[in-house]
Amino acid sequence: MHEGLNQLAFVYAAYALGVGGTLALVLQSWAAMRRAEARRERSREQ
Amino acid sequence: MVLNITKAPMHDYANPARFLRLARPITAPLLLIGGALTLAVLAWGLLRAPAEQLQGETVRILFIHVPAAWLGMGGWSMIALASLSELVWRHPLASIAARAAALPGAFFALLCLVTGSLWGRPAWGAWWVWDGRLTSMLVLFFLYCAYLALADATERAGQGNTRIAAIFGLVGAVNLPIIHYSVIWWNSLHQVPSIGMSALRGNSPMAPEFLYGLLAATLGFSLLFGGVVLARMRTLLADQQTQARLRRRAMDHTDGGGADA
Repeated sequence: MHEGLNQLAFVYAAYALGVGGTLALVLQSWAAMRRAEARRERSREQ
Repeated sequence: MVLNITKAPMHDYANPARFLRLARPITAPLLLIGGALTLAVLAWGLLRAPAEQLQGETVRILFIHVPAAWLGMGGWSMIALASLSELVWRHPLASIAARAAALPGAFFALLCLVTGSLWGRPAWGAWWVWDGRLTSMLVLFFLYCAYLALADATERAGQGNTRIAAIFGLVGAVNLPIIHYSVIWWNSLHQVPSIGMSALRGNSPMAPEFLYGLLAATLGFSLLFGGVVLARMRTLLADQQTQARLRRRAMDHTDGGGADA
């Protein structure tokens, strides 16, 4: 709107951060859960 | 005789084994359904949604920015409710639920700030303005950072100190109505809420194609948030159980060693 900015560049940046960040959050949470539950099982078996 | 009628029903659902029986089968479906819905809505928002008359292409940021704001505030609402539950009823899973909501809440508060900034630059000509809405949202993000540090420190200090983080979680909830009403109380570049009870009655000021897309995006992100919180609760619970088992085993060894000597 102002200064003839390319609006889609801002849209793409927002979507990249939104999708990438959410994906990273989901994968990190899932991997941490699997690791913690595996540690618990190992401690149970020992 | 002491009557404890307020405690019994809530504690029935607070049993960790019962919680795990409920959480295990729904964590992955929440993440999968939430992920599929979110991706579908965002693909539609990016590729198919119409440009808006005044805001042009930047209106597409709506489908990320608004759900992020909703979940940033929703995360702290969960922390506040869990903290209240811990302080009043000493709910056994309350501190775990509050801690599990903190990082996802902080992430969505930050995502709201960053996407808002990316929207503000082409729409207002500024990356940032110090008005009530933006500042109170920034304060919420700082509250999350402080809560995460406090919860981590009190956990390392040992069990029983989680009440300090719970008091902080409850006091921090004062910021939520400030965020919500900031655009009404003070002059702001930020627009006033477009979704309220009027949307449920079918007369929202927002055009239907944006409104339904926004509601679907909010539902998708909320399902993802629920799945992430459950996964993080399971992580914290598993860590606690492992540590308790290792501590018990170490004490058994110590007792055995003392008896031998």
